This record gives sequence, C-alpha cells and structure tokens, in this order.
Amino acid sequence: MTDVPDDRRYRESHEWYRPADGRVGVTDFAQDELGDVVFVELPDAGTEVRAGESFGVVESIKAVSDLYAPVSGTVAATNDALAERPELVNEDPHGEGWLVELEGVDEADVEALLDPAAYRDTLG
Amino acid sequence: MTLREPPLREAHAAAGATFTEFGGWEMPVDYGSIRAEHRAVRESVGKFDVSHMGEVTVAGPDAAALADRLTTNDVGRLDPGEAQYTAMVDEDGHLLDDAVLSRLPSGGFLLVPNAGTDAETTARWRAHRDEWSLDADVTNVTDDRALFAVQGPEAVELVDALATADLSALPRFDCVRTDVAGVTALVSRTGYTGEDGVEVLADAADAAALWDALECQPCGLGARDTLRVEMGYLLAGQDFDSSDDPRTPYEAGIGFVVALDTDFVGRDALAAATDPEERFTGIRLSERAVPRHGYEVVDAGGRRLGTVTSGTLSPTLDAPVALGYLPADVDEGTEVGVVVRGEPKSGTVEAPPFLERDE
Repeated sequence: MTDVPDDRRYRESHEWYRPADGRVGVTDFAQDELGDVVFVELPDAGTEVRAGESFGVVESIKAVSDLYAPVSGTVAATNDALAERPELVNEDPHGEGWLVELEGVDEADVEALLDPAAYRDTLG
Repeated sequence: MTLREPPLREAHAAAGATFTEFGGWEMPVDYGSIRAEHRAVRESVGKFDVSHMGEVTVAGPDAAALADRLTTNDVGRLDPGEAQYTAMVDEDGHLLDDAVLSRLPSGGFLLVPNAGTDAETTARWRAHRDEWSLDADVTNVTDDRALFAVQGPEAVELVDALATADLSALPRFDCVRTDVAGVTALVSRTGYTGEDGVEVLADAADAAALWDALECQPCGLGARDTLRVEMGYLLAGQDFDSSDDPRTPYEAGIGFVVALDTDFVGRDALAAATDPEERFTGIRLSERAVPRHGYEVVDAGGRRLGTVTSGTLSPTLDAPVALGYLPADVDEGTEVGVVVRGEPKSGTVEAPPFLERDE
C-alpha cells in the first residue's frame, strides 16, 4: 500500500508540501509510477515558483515528468544530495528525497491542497 | 483499439509488473526496477516475456526462394538448425523491419519480425508469393506461441539444466528442438541484450509451465531497451521507420546483413546506396541528462547535425548514452551536444557498443 503521511498536504499531480518546514517533494505513489529516478532538475535558490506551474523536471529511465509547485513561494533551498543520489526520490520520497524548500508561502494556497484522506481517495 | 496480450498477462500483473503499450501489445515494462532487472542480465540471468514479437512460418518447396527474395541476407547460407539476423526492405532499399530468420531443424523457416508487424508481414509475403507463383505456405502463428528470452552470463546454464538437448554446445545463432521443463520448445542461442543467452519458443498453452520453470529475475521491456541501447542494437519504429524516418541498412549500420549477390526486393536500390551520407552511431554525454527519441544533436557551434533516435541513462555505465544518425564525416571523438529542454548537453561521438561484450 502506498504511503501517504499525515503531516503534509498534496496536489493531485502527486507532489506534497509540508507546512512545518516548507519542503516539497513527490509522493510515494509518484515515485513508484516513475520507476528508477536518474536525474532531477530543480530551480536555484531565490527562484519564485507559482502554484500549479512547473518548477522542474524529474527524469526516470522510463519518462520525463514535469514537477508542479503545490503552492507559490520562493525557493529557500534545494536538495543538493539529489545531484549525486537521484535514487533518494525512490528510496525515501517523503524524507531524504525532498526536492525544494519554499518560503513566503500563502496559507490560502496550502488550504487549497488536498488533505491526506482526500489524496488517498484520488489513488483509488 | 484493444491491445493484444501475452499469454501470461495476469501472471505478470500478479508478479508486480507495470505495463506499457508497445506495437499494439500490452507488455510488462518492469517488475519494480529497470535498474535491478538490467543488472541481473549483465551479471547473472534474467527472463523476458517477448511474446509480442511476431512468429511467421514459411513452409513448402519454394519456402527458401520466397525468404531469399524478401530478406536482404543470404538464405542459402542457412542449414537446418541455423538462424540469421536479417532485414526486409522496400523497392527503395528502405528498412521495413529487421528480423531473425531460422531454418527449422525439421525443415521450413521461422521468421520473427518485430511487434505488431506480423499481420502486415504475412500479407506482404503472401502477396509476393502469389505474384511470383511460388509454392509456399505463409502462416502467422504469433497468437498461438509464447516466446521467452533468457539472457545473461548464467542463462544457458539455467535453461540447459531444464532441457533434454545439450544447450551448452549450441553455437551462437543455432536453434534446436528440445523439451524444456517438459515442454516442447524451439531454443535458439540468440538475444537482444549483448549477453549470452537463448530464446525459447513454445505453444501458448505451455507458457505458464515454462515461465515458472525458468527461475530467475523477470525483466520487462524497460530493461530490454536499456540493454539493447548499450549495445547499439536497432529498434524498429524508433531507430528507423519506413514512413517517418526511412533508412537503408547501410545507414542503420547493418550493412553486414545485406548480401548484394542474392536477388531480393530492394537489391538494386541498395547496390547504389552502400556509401550513405548519414550513419547510425552513438553519443555519450558527459553532463547528467537523459537523451530521448527526437532530441536534436548539434555541433560545437550549435548547428543541427541530426536527431537522437534512442537514448537512456545507461545503468551499467551510469552515464547518458544516445543513438542516432549523424553525417558520415562526423568522426568518433567529435564533441557534440544533445539539446535537452532547450539546453545543449555536451557529449562525444562514440560508435556503439558502449560496452565491450563477447557475443
């Protein structure tokens, strides 16, 4: 069964946002669909991202997929570990495989996201 | 459109396979990890259900004559129990398909064309047979057969232990009729991975017994693709396409399957095309990115040189590699770029295979 942690909110396109530290990543369901992740392209710190717009790409052997920002904000940090170890997205999508950390996030954007139960429902 | 399914579709699903559409078939793309499956084949052994490949039998007094006129290689070189890699081209010498043609131990021929081309191939062979008044039966048996590839340094040992025939002595590209795990099968020492191994053809009704007896890592089309790209093997429909990207065998780097001293459809066109302006080659990228079908290849000055036809992140080399057509005067070692999302990523021209392998 796919893992959907309770401490964060979700976008239907399978990204998560954790209010406690502003981190964004892809869900366990997404990493499983993607298969072996081999490359992640992320914006530099300081970049403004907008909710619902593409902020990067994740490449698996099978496919290239856009990453959509769950909320608007400014990139405070990116997960540098992914440059050497993109497989962290597969191994620990909700933890060490995080993508970017956002700041200046509007609470209304967060409220518009799916809660864990609603996201779980989208997975059928 | 309804997708065709291999006999063991449900068994693959139960084993955790995810599926993809390929050539009109719904086939396993992986059983969890393309990387792990790829590694199993390079280091030990893996099994692939390749029942989407076509199987067309050609029998009768003129079977050899028909095969010789529709394939580029020299069918006369095949003794019973031998197979050859070959190509089928149109009147202009452009590749329609590449295939393995076996002269069966019992007589007659088995042609294994690519996925989804079996009906068209059968119709074309029958039309030519009628046109030339040849006496041959052309039968499409694709839906009645299961085809499994067992590949890797330990593959022959694994299948040999289950077979009545001595497979360890089977030469490369030979085939033999034998029981495997109690199932009547045609085993050929062929494959599409660059590793030693066999392909086992059996009745669809025996598929489950055979597959289950071949105890090793199941592998999907994802690993099949990464393995063949590392070797620079062509994939029909992707590295050549008779309508979208027509290429001759010489352009595609398989001139060795063209026997110009035999008479086949497209022969005259090919005799005049032995020195092509573009050739199929490889590129290894030094920057991390994944080259994919359709990406542009540029020279150091940003001018377009060609297009990537296949690419992947090589699991063995942990480096991005690409295949495609470049002008024949672009030498190995030339620095080129592959344009990934608008950015040229640096690489070097390197004729495949990207790995050294004893075949």
